[in-house]
Amino acid sequence: MHNNNLKDEVIRISGASPIKCMKCGKCSATCPSFNDMEIAPHMFVDMVVKGRIEELMASNATAHCLSCFACVERCPRGVEPANIIEAIRVIKLRKSGSVQLTPAQIASVIDTEIPQQALVSAFRKFRK
Amino acid sequence: MLKIGVFVCWCGSNIAATVDIDQVVAAAKLQPGVVMATGYQYMCSENGQSLMRKAVEEYKLDGVVICACSPRMHEATFRKNAQRVGLNPFMVEIANIREHCSWIHKDKEQGTIKAIALANAAIAKVSLNAPLISGESSVTKRALVIGGGIAGLQTALDIAEAGFEVDVVERQATIGGNMAKIDKTFPTLDCAACILTPKMVDAASHENIELITYSEVESVKGFVGSFKATIRKKARYVNEKTCTGCGLCMSKCPSKKSKNEFNLGLDNRTSIFIPFAQAIPNVAVIDPQSCIKLTRDKCGLCQSVCEVKAIDFTMQDEIIEREYGAIVVATGFKPIEVDAFDELGYTQNKDVITSLELERLMNAAGPTGGKLVKVSDGSHPTDITFIQCVGSRDCTSRGKEYCSKICCMYTCKHAMLIRDKYPDINVNVFYIDVRTPGKNYDEFYRRAVEDFGVNYIKGQVGKVYAEDGKLIVQGSDLITNEQIFIKSDMVVLASAIEPDPSAKKVASMLTASIDTNNFLTEAHAKLRPVESPTAGIFLSGVCQGPKDIPETVAQAGAAASKVIGLLVKNKLVTSPCIATTDELLCSGCSNCFNICPYGAIGYEDKLINDHGIRETRRIAVVNPALCQGCGACSVACPSGAMDLLGYTNKQIMAEVDAICKR
Amino acid sequence: MQEVKEFKPNIVAFCCNWCSYAGADLAGSSRLSYPADVKIIRVPCSGRVNPMFILKAFEKGADGVIICGCHPGDCHYNTGNFYARRRMTLLYSMLDYMGIEKGRTRVEWVSAAEGAKFSNVMNKFCGDIKELGECVKLGDIRCKD
Repeated sequence: MHNNNLKDEVIRISGASPIKCMKCGKCSATCPSFNDMEIAPHMFVDMVVKGRIEELMASNATAHCLSCFACVERCPRGVEPANIIEAIRVIKLRKSGSVQLTPAQIASVIDTEIPQQALVSAFRKFRK
Repeated sequence: MLKIGVFVCWCGSNIAATVDIDQVVAAAKLQPGVVMATGYQYMCSENGQSLMRKAVEEYKLDGVVICACSPRMHEATFRKNAQRVGLNPFMVEIANIREHCSWIHKDKEQGTIKAIALANAAIAKVSLNAPLISGESSVTKRALVIGGGIAGLQTALDIAEAGFEVDVVERQATIGGNMAKIDKTFPTLDCAACILTPKMVDAASHENIELITYSEVESVKGFVGSFKATIRKKARYVNEKTCTGCGLCMSKCPSKKSKNEFNLGLDNRTSIFIPFAQAIPNVAVIDPQSCIKLTRDKCGLCQSVCEVKAIDFTMQDEIIEREYGAIVVATGFKPIEVDAFDELGYTQNKDVITSLELERLMNAAGPTGGKLVKVSDGSHPTDITFIQCVGSRDCTSRGKEYCSKICCMYTCKHAMLIRDKYPDINVNVFYIDVRTPGKNYDEFYRRAVEDFGVNYIKGQVGKVYAEDGKLIVQGSDLITNEQIFIKSDMVVLASAIEPDPSAKKVASMLTASIDTNNFLTEAHAKLRPVESPTAGIFLSGVCQGPKDIPETVAQAGAAASKVIGLLVKNKLVTSPCIATTDELLCSGCSNCFNICPYGAIGYEDKLINDHGIRETRRIAVVNPALCQGCGACSVACPSGAMDLLGYTNKQIMAEVDAICKR
Repeated sequence: MQEVKEFKPNIVAFCCNWCSYAGADLAGSSRLSYPADVKIIRVPCSGRVNPMFILKAFEKGADGVIICGCHPGDCHYNTGNFYARRRMTLLYSMLDYMGIEKGRTRVEWVSAAEGAKFSNVMNKFCGDIKELGECVKLGDIRCKD
């Protein structure tokens, strides 16, 4: 499914420019949760360009991004993959009807293996 | 009143698609002085030009306006065409309705209105034009080449072969440049020294070439045909004429701890040194920063052992002043600093090296005698990983936005050479794209993969770190969609190249323009690739943009042929668009004299007849050979006596009028 | 209801032949659009622009005047753009005295390689002039042809 409205929203929320990607794969090379993500960061960027947002939202990969920003730091093109993943996470959350997570809800949306950092970063973002 | 003809070019659909040609023609016909106006599909074609010539004869036109592409494109074409029918070339004006109008405005109504305004401005200007006669200036039959690498040397040799004298100014103590540091060259794998050093010798022994090494051009004045350059010859502390290059001084020098620049700091050198074995001139030089005699006034051993008494600690910088007809910039490149890529660990791990360092490690004349060893402990490596595009195609502040062009091929060359010489070493190459346009280039790359077993991995490296005495290269393999960890002994970074830092200074000095990456700009991207927009300044080699050796040599030859074409002329036609004085208005105040950047204005006492009053007055006089037509004086003049032919105050005011008219 | 006609400013751009005019050409050949309200006058150097030209432009009905030259230090004639900058600084205060807003005149450096910058500068300048509206301060002495 190609959904350009969703694509525009991802770009608007993230402020990133996935079209600048030159497909070098440095984001995935540097990603500490690569093995946990069924869709790797470089695929995220490419699928956003192609408008395949629903597939990304359906995947659990968004929950595994640590928000460590290594990909943002090292991307030679300034694409900011972590921000794109974050934007999809935000859209997913909004669709589910809530704008922010309460501590009680956390257990139901994530699995137990998610590292602490992801939780902390999620809180940091959803507080606003 | 002048009889003006207006020709509106369609430029196929380039102009006609967004500008209504008929409306422009109709509007032009209403302008005062316009006796004919017409549109034509391609004005620059032979048919278009003959249309213009016929109209000039039929309507006895005194002025012509062409509404077409940029005057930078075809002004010369149409002016030459005017000359063919006896119309003064400076009675032709161009209205730029393509680059400045049709190509940027989608809306046809807006485009047409603007095209009409631009045409009216040109008509208003041409009706105030006066025929101008070009002057002449002389040509100094000597060329200056800045930079003594392969580009500079090839240009110098080609110019010298044509019979003109050339000076090559090189900043380092020897000529040869970056190519002298390279081991082998792609795609034929012949050794760089074997093809470069004979050229160096040719240049040194050529009767028309003078090598001015260890020197820098300090300032350049003048213009095409007669530049005056000031060159600072830095003190070598060794007499170039008497030194025999025996090397005895080097063996005795007690200061041995300076980093050897030629080997990129991989080993040390003495304070008095000859940069490398085939250096030209083969003469020692003293590094004043580390020499014990020059810093602490002790030692002086070299002076006492030198048999020909060539060493002179009192030597001073020398200033040379020379005149040249043409100047070639061949300042070359340097690899960028890769320190900022901290994830690749260049500063943390000795075994992470750059490609140019690898060249030195593999060179028989290098610090290891050509034996490839780990820099950290001198042991034999078994796994080597190459990382391409380090700093190239990088929009961040760490790198360069452009493709450095040469890295794909040299990395391929390195991988192949290593596999050839040491079949026990595993070689992996991380790449984004392998770019191999060029004769026999892709075949070369395929040979590396198919015949030499180099493992190419599509992906990039995220991290290089040390673990248990090995370097771990963490990267992505985009074909298998895996994150991989490769154990390596050495990691080689294909660092991007950038223009030599001197390029910016040289460009400013020559008023040659540079782009945002500090590469010098060519006069036209396609049609004038070796000329700078500044007349008499030519570009050779990487200073203009990344290139490999064959391309550099080709461009160097092209630059030389342009220089020869200039130097072979006895006289140059100068632009008649120069400043002129209205003697009746001039008060001799010297404002113009002070502002003129060329010293083109002088003063004469002249007998003036001012409405019957005859008196001798001090009047500004413009030297037509020196004036470059910038017009600064015309603005500085308080009485309005100074004006610039071709761009007179009245003409520009008329253009302003035409454009602002509502 | 009377339809309000969109304000189309009249903008004169003086471009030096060596850098900015070539930059404008590059903007054209790269198809980087900017409003058609900008009309370019070619001068050999930004130092050739006499303040009189600018006053003349305002007198004749220009709403904005922009001067584009080579970057400082890159002037084809060595120093022309420095003089242009100084002159314009002086002219700003005079225009201010005459009641013409400072934003209506501007000096920008655009090199031959900066087509994108040229287009950006012109888009920005046009936007600013549109906000300032029609230049009426010299209206009463404006020549009616």
